[in-house]
Amino acid sequence: MQVKSEWTPTIVAFCCNWCSYAGADLSGTNRLQYPANVKIIRIPCSCRLNPMFVLRAFQRGADGVILCGCHPGDCHYTTGNYYARRRMTLLFSLLDYLGIERERTRVEWVSAAEGAKFAATMNDFVQTVTQLGENRRLEDLRCKSE
Amino acid sequence: MQERIRSRAIALLESGACDRVLGWKAGEFFYDVTPAVFTTPEQVGKEFVWGPFCGANLSKYLIQESRKGGKVAAFLKPCDSYSFVQLLKEHRIWRENTYIVGVPCQGMCDIDAIRGQGFKGILSVTEEGEDLEVDTLYGCRAMPRREALAERCLCCKSRKIVLCDERLGPDGEENPNVRFEEVKRLEAMTPQQRYDFWRGELSRCIRCNACRNVCPACSCEKCVFDNPSSGAENKAAADSFEENLFHIIRAFHVAGRCTDCGECSRVCPQHIPLHLLNRKLIQDMNTLYGTYQAGADLDTRPPLVSYTPEDPEPSVVGTIGGRA
Amino acid sequence: MQRIGVFVCWCGSNIAATVDVERVAQTLAMEPGVVFSTDYQYMCSQAGQELIQNAIREQRLTGVVICSCSPRMHEATFRKTVEKAGLNPYLLEIANIREQCSWIHKDREAATQKAIILGRAAIAKVQLNTPLTAGQSPVTKRALVIGGGIAGIQTALDIADAGFPVDIVEKKPTIGGKMTQLDKTFPTLDCAACILTPKMVDAAQNENIEILSYAQVEKVQGFVGSFTVTIRKKARYVDETKCTGCGLCTEKCPQKKVPNEFNLGLDTRRAIYIPFAQAVPKVATIDPDYCSMLKSGKCGVCSRVCTAGAINYQQQDTLLQREYGAIVVATGFNPISLEKFDEFAYSQSLDVVSSLEFERLMNAAGPTGGTLLRPSDGTHPHTLVFVQCVGSRCDGGEKGKPYCSKICCMYTAKHAMLCREKYPDTEVYVFYIDVRTPGKNFDEFYRRAVEEYGVHYIKGMVGKVTPQDGKLKVQASDLLGGQQLHIDADMVVLAAAIEPDESARSLATMLTASMDTNDFFTEAHPKLRPVESPTAGIFLSGACQGPKDIPETVAQAGAAAAKVIGLLSRSHLTCNPCVARSDEAMCNGCSACEKVCPYGAITYVDKDFRGPNRTTLRRRVAQVNPAVCQGCGACTVACPSGAMDLQGFSNAQILAEVDAICK
Repeated sequence: MQVKSEWTPTIVAFCCNWCSYAGADLSGTNRLQYPANVKIIRIPCSCRLNPMFVLRAFQRGADGVILCGCHPGDCHYTTGNYYARRRMTLLFSLLDYLGIERERTRVEWVSAAEGAKFAATMNDFVQTVTQLGENRRLEDLRCKSE
Repeated sequence: MQERIRSRAIALLESGACDRVLGWKAGEFFYDVTPAVFTTPEQVGKEFVWGPFCGANLSKYLIQESRKGGKVAAFLKPCDSYSFVQLLKEHRIWRENTYIVGVPCQGMCDIDAIRGQGFKGILSVTEEGEDLEVDTLYGCRAMPRREALAERCLCCKSRKIVLCDERLGPDGEENPNVRFEEVKRLEAMTPQQRYDFWRGELSRCIRCNACRNVCPACSCEKCVFDNPSSGAENKAAADSFEENLFHIIRAFHVAGRCTDCGECSRVCPQHIPLHLLNRKLIQDMNTLYGTYQAGADLDTRPPLVSYTPEDPEPSVVGTIGGRA
Repeated sequence: MQRIGVFVCWCGSNIAATVDVERVAQTLAMEPGVVFSTDYQYMCSQAGQELIQNAIREQRLTGVVICSCSPRMHEATFRKTVEKAGLNPYLLEIANIREQCSWIHKDREAATQKAIILGRAAIAKVQLNTPLTAGQSPVTKRALVIGGGIAGIQTALDIADAGFPVDIVEKKPTIGGKMTQLDKTFPTLDCAACILTPKMVDAAQNENIEILSYAQVEKVQGFVGSFTVTIRKKARYVDETKCTGCGLCTEKCPQKKVPNEFNLGLDTRRAIYIPFAQAVPKVATIDPDYCSMLKSGKCGVCSRVCTAGAINYQQQDTLLQREYGAIVVATGFNPISLEKFDEFAYSQSLDVVSSLEFERLMNAAGPTGGTLLRPSDGTHPHTLVFVQCVGSRCDGGEKGKPYCSKICCMYTAKHAMLCREKYPDTEVYVFYIDVRTPGKNFDEFYRRAVEEYGVHYIKGMVGKVTPQDGKLKVQASDLLGGQQLHIDADMVVLAAAIEPDESARSLATMLTASMDTNDFFTEAHPKLRPVESPTAGIFLSGACQGPKDIPETVAQAGAAAAKVIGLLSRSHLTCNPCVARSDEAMCNGCSACEKVCPYGAITYVDKDFRGPNRTTLRRRVAQVNPAVCQGCGACTVACPSGAMDLQGFSNAQILAEVDAICK
């Protein structure tokens, strides 16, 4: 790895295949810029997001994790995002309770038509996490050696 | 009460109504009473113990015991009965092979609470009405029973036996809202203080898995942390994060299923207040999705496998509970 | 050992202008498991695809990563490409370095670094990909239509015309539904019976259609292509095969005081009855609630007069079990109960009627023979007040519905117009919130009512109707005129909101089809899949999906039929292989997964497993039906033991991606 001149956060964005991943594609088609430190992982539905994935991302050095899914009521699988919403609310609340900054985690509903919203959300989230600084409370020291 | 329980257990065995009896017997010390299965009336007569240290939750043992063939009689406290119903709800216990005797409970005692009253060299503790008779190397003295209660019993959610075939006494009261004070105290702290608190607690974890092994909700055929193909397998607390991950995931896996029996904290050799993680989730679920008590009945859908279109958004986090 | 090939696409300059594709290919070549890595101008071109295929053959690749445009664009293309070269199509992963990289970044270095990381994540994932084979399931070439109204009849006729057998299950003794009760239809004013009854006869005579009237669906099992449905045929105490429909029994039956539901209780029928003259099937039915023979064993008149010997007092309900490939829901609607609308005096005065009752009062086959008479005293009414939106567009109230019932504006205009046409001496007032006429020739029709027929349309709601001295005192506001109106009416007609049939909710549960909060069935996509339910193999026809008029219902019925025909014409169905799978060794059988599955794809079986010391342990374990599962993954997170995993998006695969990105 190269030595980074200026620290930039690592952001993992989990996007559901039907709405938010398509929304991210649309923001690309429209050439709407957002920082390169956002990396997207495609999942079939927001309800596929296991809390384990969120924690693992932090463990391996992510500074922020965001989940994007279809708007409530518009889920391709009709109910997936409703379950995702409950799960993430409770997980984030528990992380907050453990003293992990709640700004590092976020859920945003982005439809396939909301390319602009996707880019704006990512810009905002990157800015927020950049201000928080490096994630030290949930990282795994082994993975931050280099 | 011990005599009543013993004679009832003996009667169940002698009549052939049951083949085995699940109860408690003395452990190495008088205060570490452990779960035990008895097969003969003689064993019951000699070894079956009921007293102020029968805190162990027996329900988890019924997963295996109910599948062994024949009928098993279990003596369940109110706490245990909630876990029992939750396990029935999850189809883990074969109800037809069980016979449940409900035992009323006045709260269980914590040996450390007794020691905290200045007793040294304790030889035995016996119940005398509202008091405990503490016999020590230095003589015998009484103390109020109430002051010896375990934390979880001081703020007991319910002394009701949810489901049983017969009961040895009347139900006690339900008091589900008194147990969240400690959670609220933590919520009122700053994130840094909370982080420091939990770091201090969780970094002591030695990953002995006692919490997992005792927990009636943690009764998976194979735990994800033991399964190489889960991608989450790990064995020891190799770094500062592993125990965080383990306890967060564990709390999450039992969310909506945890009856708040408090066994996890009781058995923790490092005295980590693990029940505070579960209580936080219970409190959040009650606040956000309506009051729910795991194990209170067989039909209500647990909050995490249910939803309403009007559920609050995750941005609500940090605005609920003990803080404005 | 894995042998991964990496193919970096330039996409002309779309990717290559911002991403150093050569460096991406070179860097990824050093990743563990990668044995081949190259870049090319257009991977999706013929030449690009051949490049991939040759590499698969020559390098004996076990996995392919293509760094290119979005998988939503070309995943299907490349899957076919690798399949043709002999590699399982699911051993392919795409790193999206166009839409999610080159197009959104201007900094060449940052974009190149990101492309490398996205490529690494895809490589990490593809290492764990397993060959997946799309399963196949057979298709039973028979359809079930639930509900025998115009929607169900039309769907059945269209399916039958394509050559597939179809059953109609109708809970009433006759098919025909609500349309049989209507008089004329808007906006053409042709008579409902004249256009409907020929279709009913067609359905009865079509050799591909079997009508199961006086029957209900009791249980549905199975999935798209092979449903098993249990149908209860209620005892009608008349042998359908013997009854000729002569109607003699219905004339001789001494029990004359049964409210006639066909005329909404405005007159009476006998205990043995044929609902109306054109009923299909035209056979008599005994109403067990009123027949004295069935209740007390005394009478038997119908049995004595029946020359065909069709009466059978001992008849029992029968249960049929049938196999279907597709199911169409056409359960229709009902007007809401007006009991709660006390302000309109519906339950106090016989002369306050619902629109459907008014329809019967105007109908030549109705209780008055088509002469409009007041139900209370049989006199001719002179002043009529129509109230629209009774129970429609009610916000949050318990009384009504939040939605627009859609058909009321038009049928009210029709009623008003017919009234004025037949009885020019009447004064007709219509109170409305809005008049909604968005249909072909609808607005013209409404304007005719106002302009040619002189119907008084008044914007405003009726506040109160008070029966007094044989009149109905109507108190209303005229919003445009800004005044309170008091009208002495002879009749008040309420345009009641419509709601789904009360059987819909339990049916939806049986079908695992979803519903909205108003109990209307939900379509798979509101715009693009309007006649399909999200549950595969379940289709929607007519007002069960939302309020509709007749032409819309017939159009949707035809569309649903087309979808069914498309399904039944296939020899087998190919399933999506990216579905959930339960590891029985780890499953607790706790039912958490089943509860979150929107498709009812998960079932449980008790299975024996080998325990320690040669014992067997019986455990309840989950099984996923791959033909029903759509692969959302809700179950995988609900499962605490991790026994439930999603093929193609497994826990290990996603964690590998996370690790690669966060490294």
